[in-house]
Amino acid sequence: MEEGPEEYLEALYKLTRSGNSVRTTQLAKYLGVSPASATQMLQKLAKRGCVEYIPYHGTRLTPEGETKGAKMTRKHRLLETFLVNILNMGKDKAHAEACELEHHLSDEAEEALCRILKHPDLCADDGRPIPPCDSPYSSCAECMEAEASSAIKRRAPIKPLTAMDKGEEARISFVRAGKGALRRLCDMGLTPQTPIKMVTSAPLRGPVEIEVRGSKLAIGWKIASKIFVEAEAGSIG
Amino acid sequence: MVEDEAGELRIALAGNANVGKSVIFNQLTGLSQIIGNWPGKTVERAEGNLFFENRKLNIIDLPGIYSLSTFTEEEVVSRQYIAEEKPDAVINVLDATVLERNLFFTLQLMELEAPLIMSLNMFDLARSRGIIIDPDRLSSELGIPVVPTVAVKRSGLTQLLRETIDLAERSTGEKPRRLEYGPEVESRIAQLMATIEGRSFRSDYPSRWIAIKLLEEDAEVMKMVSDQGLLDQARGLRNELESIHGEPSTTVLTAERYTLANRISLACQRFERPSGESISSRLDSLTTHRLWGYLLMMAITMAVFFTIFTLGDWLSGNIELLLDTVRPVLVDIFGSGSLGKIINEGLIEGFFAGIGIALPYILPFYLMLSFLEDSGYLARIAFLMDSLMHRMGLHGKAFIPMLLGYGCSVPAVLGCRIMETNRERLLAAFVSTLVPCSARTIVILALVGKFIGPLYALSLYIIDLILVFILGRIAYRTIPGEPIGLIMEMPSYRKPSTNVVLKQTWFRLSSFIKMAIPVIVGAGIMIKILEIAGALDIIADLMSPVTVTMLGLPSAVGVLLIIGILRKELTILMLATLLGTTNFPTVLTSTQMYVFAFVVMLYIPCVATIAALVQEFGWKRAGYITVFEIVFATLSGAVLYRVLLALGWP
Repeated sequence: MEEGPEEYLEALYKLTRSGNSVRTTQLAKYLGVSPASATQMLQKLAKRGCVEYIPYHGTRLTPEGETKGAKMTRKHRLLETFLVNILNMGKDKAHAEACELEHHLSDEAEEALCRILKHPDLCADDGRPIPPCDSPYSSCAECMEAEASSAIKRRAPIKPLTAMDKGEEARISFVRAGKGALRRLCDMGLTPQTPIKMVTSAPLRGPVEIEVRGSKLAIGWKIASKIFVEAEAGSIG
Repeated sequence: MVEDEAGELRIALAGNANVGKSVIFNQLTGLSQIIGNWPGKTVERAEGNLFFENRKLNIIDLPGIYSLSTFTEEEVVSRQYIAEEKPDAVINVLDATVLERNLFFTLQLMELEAPLIMSLNMFDLARSRGIIIDPDRLSSELGIPVVPTVAVKRSGLTQLLRETIDLAERSTGEKPRRLEYGPEVESRIAQLMATIEGRSFRSDYPSRWIAIKLLEEDAEVMKMVSDQGLLDQARGLRNELESIHGEPSTTVLTAERYTLANRISLACQRFERPSGESISSRLDSLTTHRLWGYLLMMAITMAVFFTIFTLGDWLSGNIELLLDTVRPVLVDIFGSGSLGKIINEGLIEGFFAGIGIALPYILPFYLMLSFLEDSGYLARIAFLMDSLMHRMGLHGKAFIPMLLGYGCSVPAVLGCRIMETNRERLLAAFVSTLVPCSARTIVILALVGKFIGPLYALSLYIIDLILVFILGRIAYRTIPGEPIGLIMEMPSYRKPSTNVVLKQTWFRLSSFIKMAIPVIVGAGIMIKILEIAGALDIIADLMSPVTVTMLGLPSAVGVLLIIGILRKELTILMLATLLGTTNFPTVLTSTQMYVFAFVVMLYIPCVATIAALVQEFGWKRAGYITVFEIVFATLSGAVLYRVLLALGWP
């Protein structure tokens, strides 16, 4: 059976945890491929700068290869944990399933998966550590917080400002406008998550009048239709 | 930097629009104002002097703006003035009823590290709306002096001046307290500041301000810095901020400021009773109503229009009467030789045209405009008309200049100042010069209305409106700059201060006279010299390929088109003299009359309008508009001529 480069990096990552380098035969055996095809793939990976291959000695991951290997391993172990803990799949099946899924898992889904599993440290399948993520958050707590605020965003129905009714209240979700208009809107106080209230709108796709930060603003229909709002969660102030 | 006179202090007033800043300015400076433009900009610059407790204070009223970015020229002018001219003190005027939004601007002034004092204006209005603000708390939160004021009643102004002088005198490089934003933003500001200070970068701007503006991707500052390493570092940090917040870095910083403004305003404010519907907000819902709003607007704009033009006609008539009595005297003095003619018919007639025609309409116009603007109603008109005006690529506020254009193009062009960005101003001015003013109406009615039929006269207006729509849309697409559309504060209604309205009218009027009269007189003299030298006929001959071949008009008309630059109605008056009859159908065909009226309607802004365009937009852009209109009128006139012939017109 053929294995892709990602599978090799993942295997190398796992096998180099205990030592520095891995012999080609050991790697081939682990992956269940012939030593010849393993050698071929390692040469390919060396060309990409992911591994350092010294004939008759073994293979070592470069820092770049290390990162990629860690990433694949992380995805694999997160998936396994998900399959076992959340979907209650058998451990035998979970491993094979995760091997397939890991190649199609986007970074965004990986991050979400980590959050939904409450940032686990160890894989539920084999108890091995899950490599840390490369997100910009300084801590898992910060990541969970960011999720909490954006979760409202995702769950609340989003609609353009122009679809609001008279007297309705909502929060600014996002703005899809040119640079100048965006800056202007922000300067006038329409930053994300700002509460607003619809006052009135002029007929024939005329401007809307809204209340924001204690003052009233008129916004042309065209820009208003590019401002998206989400229903005020819970209390109406 | 200008060396101060002994003891003279330079004070700048800064704040949002509609906060009563010009009221304070007027109360402080009285009649010592000079209103002009900032050098090289189309931004009004108001300056005045005041003697207070043996100190001479020079006060500059900076434009009313919401931010110190680069959205409008006003913003650029303001921040350049504060940072580069380094006034001795900056008075930040706030509307106490909208504390949070106003504090957003205060925070930006603090970033500029100018010696700052706050005038918490409309303090009484806030109280009556149940907003109780603690000035001492505000002062300690911000670390700057705060003086509650009610500018229209002059209350608090003496204390404001005293504390301002105090601040100006003790400001020996003492910086206002630094207010901190979120840690992820502050750490990146610190990194940039370290680089900026490490480069011993020389600038009038504080390094923290430069760092913040670099994080905001401020184009002007990036140009000013021109240090690739620093710019690269800033880009990297911006990307980091963007990936943390998932928003553009400008949004991140603006949101930080608003978060702080919100926190401070909440800490210093309490609300006594749930603010019931105030008169202002009830007026607001009436004047923006889908039916009543429009009916009211029609009534009010018509009233404004007729006030301006009945008052203008009356003034103009009286001035002309007065001039008529002076005229024979002057002819006697200067004689009727060549020089006498140049003086009498060039210089003096030009001067008379300026004060007899343009001025009478500009005066009531400025009065009405100040009234509409200061009361807050202008914003409602813009709100109601935005949809329609948008269709011709204009801003809702452009409705006022365009409507005025039917009376006189000069106030129309000057009125375009109410637009926020230069681009919108230019567009609105261009469109309003294409609208037939009352002088052109005289030509249309006296020629087409009288001799072809009223419906044909009306058809010219309709054609004009169609052309305005088309040209407006084309200009909207071709004038450079991002079209922003309407984003406007709806100020609460308030009673305009008569004192301020009158003073503003007077100072704006005198600044226009200074600009326009020389242009008008100059043009008058030039045309007279050409006439006396016999050059007009030669020019008319030279123009005959256009007038005769392209437009099918008699060659003599060329002279009229030149003289018409002075006053459009002269074309019809002189047509009679030139042709020796007022019974035009005996000498002109219907086609010729129609084409002539059409060309006069569009061909060039009159000299007073050109002067207004120059004052507002500079010679270059005034020139573009003028040349465009000449070429456009000629070409479309030629097409019209051929279409009429094809339709079988005589």
